Amino acid sequence: MMGPASELICGGYPQGTQPYERFLLSPSAWGQLPAALMQEPELALLGIWADSAQIHACFLHESSGEAVLASTPVTGGYYAALSPARPGAVRFERMILELWGHHAEGAVDLRPWLDHGRWPLRHPLAAKPIPFSGEPPQPEFLPVEGDGIHQIPVGPIHAGVIEPGHFRFSVQGEVVVRLEQRLGYKHKGTLSLMFGTSPRAAVRYAARLSGDTTVAHSWAFSAAVEAALDVAPPPRALHLRALMLELERIHNHLNDWGFICNDAAFAFPHARCGFLREGVLRAIAAAFGHRLMMDRVLPGGVAPDIAPRGAETILAALDAVEAEIPALMQIYEAHASLQDRVVTTGFLRPDLARAFAAGGHVGRASGRDFDARRLPQNHPYPVLAFDVPVLEAGDVDARLRIRVAELGQSIALVRQLLTNLPAGELMAPLPVRAGEGVAMIEGFRGECLHWVRLDDGGLIRGIFPRDPSWLQWPLLEAAIEDNIVADFPLCNKSFNCSYSGVDL
Amino acid sequence: MLWPKLARALFAKPLTDDAPLLPRETIQALGERLAATSRARLGRSLAIREVDSGSCNGCELEVNALQNVAYDLERFGLRFVASPKHADVLLVTGPACLNMREALERALASTPEPRWVVAVGDCAVDGGVFKGSYAVENGIGAVLPVDLLIPGCPPSPAQLLEGLLSLLEAEAAKK
Repeated sequence: MMGPASELICGGYPQGTQPYERFLLSPSAWGQLPAALMQEPELALLGIWADSAQIHACFLHESSGEAVLASTPVTGGYYAALSPARPGAVRFERMILELWGHHAEGAVDLRPWLDHGRWPLRHPLAAKPIPFSGEPPQPEFLPVEGDGIHQIPVGPIHAGVIEPGHFRFSVQGEVVVRLEQRLGYKHKGTLSLMFGTSPRAAVRYAARLSGDTTVAHSWAFSAAVEAALDVAPPPRALHLRALMLELERIHNHLNDWGFICNDAAFAFPHARCGFLREGVLRAIAAAFGHRLMMDRVLPGGVAPDIAPRGAETILAALDAVEAEIPALMQIYEAHASLQDRVVTTGFLRPDLARAFAAGGHVGRASGRDFDARRLPQNHPYPVLAFDVPVLEAGDVDARLRIRVAELGQSIALVRQLLTNLPAGELMAPLPVRAGEGVAMIEGFRGECLHWVRLDDGGLIRGIFPRDPSWLQWPLLEAAIEDNIVADFPLCNKSFNCSYSGVDL
Repeated sequence: MLWPKLARALFAKPLTDDAPLLPRETIQALGERLAATSRARLGRSLAIREVDSGSCNGCELEVNALQNVAYDLERFGLRFVASPKHADVLLVTGPACLNMREALERALASTPEPRWVVAVGDCAVDGGVFKGSYAVENGIGAVLPVDLLIPGCPPSPAQLLEGLLSLLEAEAAKK
């Protein structure tokens, strides 16, 4: 069943992107897209990005799980904004203006985002960047009106060992009336560094887009390259990738579980989760030679192979985790002082989660049932048995419970993967040719979406790695509303969005 | 039931690892640096303020792991504090992002002397893979006076511990 927006997109010229088609729309057809999207709420926006001449957007049919891409040429520096129809578009449009210099006409918000006026140039990814020097401008925040409202500025350097970003709270008494985020402090120019390099050289940037998601981003990037070049990695490589992806999910979920409790000043689960996680990380280091499994997933396959006794070491660490989960959960549930902090706190409305197409635990704790592991092209998951937990409650507690349920699923997945690990090659050769591919891999935060375009020499001519946090950060602003300031760390940790992943 | 728990706690082995052996050359180099700058010594306890100047967050994961029970940083007199105003050590991760430059300079200005600056991770050492980007000034040394480098991508908690304990040893060594 196609809605008006899908029909409009499929009426464009197919561009041969794999495995999801990208349609090139005329500026006038793209101009009708916002109105058509209003009539087709089922078509979720996953991301917008650009190159020096065109705007690209990726959409997802929520019911079928099929994605489709749409593009339009930029004319005279302008294109029609999608933010009036899709709130998730706002930060992408701000980013596109700063990095490529393309204006979104009719955009909801075009205030500076990544560019704080401190780089030596403007529009670094445009065909001709403009040199820039001068005083950085003061940031503009949205106005807040009302009796007795005061502001609390926090960051960029925070009190804990976490990433930098600025939070501007407008507070009435104890209650947060509005939170506005200002990110971009970690902008490292990653896209410009990836541009013009070979996939083998560029994958190390994908691995360092967000260190905690290094496996998922490396895989998503590699899968996009493999789709572009029509290469199938060997079965053993795909199994090892899935093994590493689930181990990444396990160590991050354990970390978050402990930290959420710690932010409610309940230290015991933090200590236990930290110890269990350390056991998992040491097993990972023994099996793969790196505690976070950085640079193990490469375009074409994986390297190196799992160590000879790696499987036993991993299984022993996971047995210890699994044995302690019920006791930890019982402690979590039995302490009223802890439950009082997490239940009903930071409620995210299911309609907002859908409107932003929030993935991962943020979306699934608010009723949005999407998991990229269920996509048919994401081998080896189609032959594995697992459940995707979904809750409706939408509070800190629900987001924690999704993580704990996923922990159990991931442990079971690791066991299946290690029992049925196929023998054989680890790497498929990459041909040198042009192509365009897109891939979605379910990291612990949600789906990592990568789009890659290669030229005839096999070098990167177009790239966009979209971290799931792009669509989750704005929802944190919504979830904290009407909560007390003291509950912000809890809400923030229950989302655990990546700063580096969206600062690019 | 309380009694079984108490019994287990009494007879269980500690979860914490033994302290690592320290590289003598590092301690010696740090000691010479201390003497050369004629800084006042801080003694056997250091308060650390972690500042992320643009890392991928991999270093943060490992710095946080230092505080778990296996490494138990605080048994050595090392602890993380919430403000540079309370700190003896600025522990900086990530390349020197231009967007973080002012924040880094202010953090240093807020840290009372005598103080140490430790650059953690390949990015903080020389920019790592982000070297040469329009948005970074390569290593942290471009913005702050760095005393100790702990390379790695990311450095493991064991490597971090070794570096930080070397600082303590240099601090405590007799003149």
